Amino acid sequence: MINGKCPPGPLEEKWEKHKDGLMLVNPANKRRYRIIVVGAGLAGASAASTLGELGYNVEAFCFQDSPRRGHSIAAQGGINAAKNYPNDGDSIFRLFYDTIKGGDFRSREANVYRLASISNNIIDQCVAQGVPFARDYAGYLDNRSFGGAQVSRTFYARGQTGQQLLIGAYSALSRQIKSGTVRFFPRTEMLDLVVVDGSAKGIIYRDLVSGKIASRAADAVCLCTGGYANVYFLSTNAMGSNVTAAFRAYKRGALFANPCYTQIHPTCVPVTGDHQSKLTLMSESLRNDGRVWVPVVKGDERLPRDISEDERDYFLERRYPGFGNLTPRDIASRAAKDACDKGYGVGPGGRGVFLDFAEAIGRLGEAEVRRRYGNLFDMYQKITGEDAYERPMRIYPAPHYTMGGLWVDYNLESNIKGLFVLGEANFSDHGANRLGASALMQGLADGYFIIPYTIADHLARIKPGVVSTDHEAFVGSVKETNERVEKLLSINGKRSVTDYHRDLGAIMWDLVGMERSEDGLNEAIKKIRALRNEFWDNVKITGEPDELNQELEKAGRVADFLEFGELMALDALERKESCGGHFRSEYQTVDGEALRDDSNYAHVSAWEYKGTDKRPFLHSEPLEFENVDLVMRSYK
Amino acid sequence: MDLSLFVWRQQAPDVQGEMVAYSAKGISEDMSFLEMLDVVNEGLISNGEVPIAFDHDCREGICGTCSQVINGVPHGPMERTTVCQLHMRNFKDGDTIFIEPLRAKAFPILKDLIVDRGALDRIIQEGGYISVHTGGVPDANSVLISRKDAETAMDASECIGCGACVAACPNGSAMLFTASKVSHLAALPQGKIEADQRVRSMTNAMKKEQFGNCSNHYECNAVCPKGVKISFIAKLNREFIKSMISGDSSD
Repeated sequence: MINGKCPPGPLEEKWEKHKDGLMLVNPANKRRYRIIVVGAGLAGASAASTLGELGYNVEAFCFQDSPRRGHSIAAQGGINAAKNYPNDGDSIFRLFYDTIKGGDFRSREANVYRLASISNNIIDQCVAQGVPFARDYAGYLDNRSFGGAQVSRTFYARGQTGQQLLIGAYSALSRQIKSGTVRFFPRTEMLDLVVVDGSAKGIIYRDLVSGKIASRAADAVCLCTGGYANVYFLSTNAMGSNVTAAFRAYKRGALFANPCYTQIHPTCVPVTGDHQSKLTLMSESLRNDGRVWVPVVKGDERLPRDISEDERDYFLERRYPGFGNLTPRDIASRAAKDACDKGYGVGPGGRGVFLDFAEAIGRLGEAEVRRRYGNLFDMYQKITGEDAYERPMRIYPAPHYTMGGLWVDYNLESNIKGLFVLGEANFSDHGANRLGASALMQGLADGYFIIPYTIADHLARIKPGVVSTDHEAFVGSVKETNERVEKLLSINGKRSVTDYHRDLGAIMWDLVGMERSEDGLNEAIKKIRALRNEFWDNVKITGEPDELNQELEKAGRVADFLEFGELMALDALERKESCGGHFRSEYQTVDGEALRDDSNYAHVSAWEYKGTDKRPFLHSEPLEFENVDLVMRSYK
Repeated sequence: MDLSLFVWRQQAPDVQGEMVAYSAKGISEDMSFLEMLDVVNEGLISNGEVPIAFDHDCREGICGTCSQVINGVPHGPMERTTVCQLHMRNFKDGDTIFIEPLRAKAFPILKDLIVDRGALDRIIQEGGYISVHTGGVPDANSVLISRKDAETAMDASECIGCGACVAACPNGSAMLFTASKVSHLAALPQGKIEADQRVRSMTNAMKKEQFGNCSNHYECNAVCPKGVKISFIAKLNREFIKSMISGDSSD
């Protein structure tokens, strides 16, 4: 039995009391401890800078050329906090409740409450750093609404909130790099975790410029390496986003929790053809003022403006009058797919629904709509060549975020001692579905306000610098990593890495995507295995190991996705219920909503690696709810 | 559509590079420029050749990773558009396209179209921040900021750090990049306290990293994918002069 180690006591006192019980590291001793931070999105940059400020000896790594480019930067809409500035009834408890309900009651109460209670500190911190949040004419901070909430609690910086928050964290990190507490390694990719006697003691990485495989030892390792939505090939993630660091940790013994919990975002620009390399998100904030509809008549090809009001089906407003266009993402996505599956979709292949701003432009004026969403409309025009001020956007769901991740306890520590996992890379706070504007909140909560406390409790119990890279575990792992690179380059087959990735993505989207079934999942597992075997026989990678080689980088990531996809399918197969983003066709209500099974599945599924082609072992952590009732999620 | 490409190929930093001719066939107008290069690269791989290396990541115009000079213009022909957001409907069948890396003294070429822009990070490290530790800060609404100042800060802070401004400048200057950060923080009450020292040390860092001076050609603004305004350079200069007059210049 795995134990999340959630502290006892009343919900609102858990974190405060827990913090008081954690061990501390003396200021003079902090510099003797080395901490590795992998990844430089919001979680990584905030963790590295804060740990550096505290005086630890931090080494931080990212595959991008600069720590200002992690994919947190692409988050558009905003960040939630329970400030209740608009006086509309918000509170920490309500943010907690909305988040745990939004996650379909598949996350830990203690974690989610802590997240909600820290949310306000994050806004304070970001304002102090100079993040230019939107303000009203009196100079106070402005808020807007987001899906899954009936209050306005989302702080935003135009449509570039993630960018501005990341630049804030990057600034703080830059200050620590200058002061010498953080040493930064850009253009490096972690390829293995080194575990000595059950504790994380360092990483193996490839210098992406020289191609050299190298290692660094440390007293703790923080993985802040994001999510795995690129397993679907087409997703809203950056091209480089990958599961490799997390999957390598899994192979070294870290449990992987709830891999089947993936989020398909409802408002993305539809696919245009086979050449498509990625999908672009249109912020959920657009659903504040945009209305989602399809024509009442199937295959209606008239221009949208020629379709009269009574010939339109505003299906979210019709099906979910309580929340209307602001239902949570999983529900909005499924409703859109449902409309298209029934033949009401618009645009090429009928894979799209309208997101219409005509009413908002009439109510607010075009200038105000431009102020709120101008950059999104511009982006839409660049991609599609269409003007969304003149005609509705066409949108379709796309893989976006992954709630599953490495299993961590309340301290964000994995079952491997000294391995901490932050941000999207862990599984902890969003259950089976994440609400909009909560990812930025979680990444920064983990990095700024949780890890500084909890990592000390680990470090205070160990001597610094006991293991060096001379240790046989490091030497062995460097050798294995080199051999894997050589193996990949030696295959010299017929098909490119991207070919395999595209094929994998098609399997995942069709069979492990928005709707899953027992037969489909079994078929997916069979197909993924066959594809994986073919990959290792027939992939073609040109170039050399000891140079900048982007195909080789991609190959390593796709090779891991080809194993990881199977784990996702297996987890989806084992979870015989529907919850949040995990929708099993066998388990639904008469009107097609997700049907949870709380008596059998109110638990975290955490998988233990047992060898390639061997079935991993399933651990289960029961979820206990003392403060909320497990109700059927209703947004009607 | 079918296109003729001339692409800068350079195997490593200290190896001589050259323009190499390729053809891109069957390109759809819905493709992005980078998806067009993906097609070319897939063809190279299937012929056993090494694909063209280029920097890219988010492919939605915000991470600032992509960095190519297309027909002599950083990020290509469309205003306020990164390479990754440039779509092929802006080209015609039969076009010839020249693709080069960002060229500047401060940006050494690593391979093909990939350059090292670490110098921009080092400028930020010299003061592109407010020196606040995590924790112990006041409530976010305790310091009011006028909407005008917040909007000015946001305008400046839109910079994505791509380096196009440097490559467009005849002097290889990083003035627009540095000005955007100086102006962002100087517009906010929280950032004013360190403004004098910040502008001096960031300006020194620019010189040290071998960026040239502003040449007043405004090419930087013309190619900036976020439209960062040239007036921020004037603001940088004002901040610099102010710091020389009023500030403590002992450092």
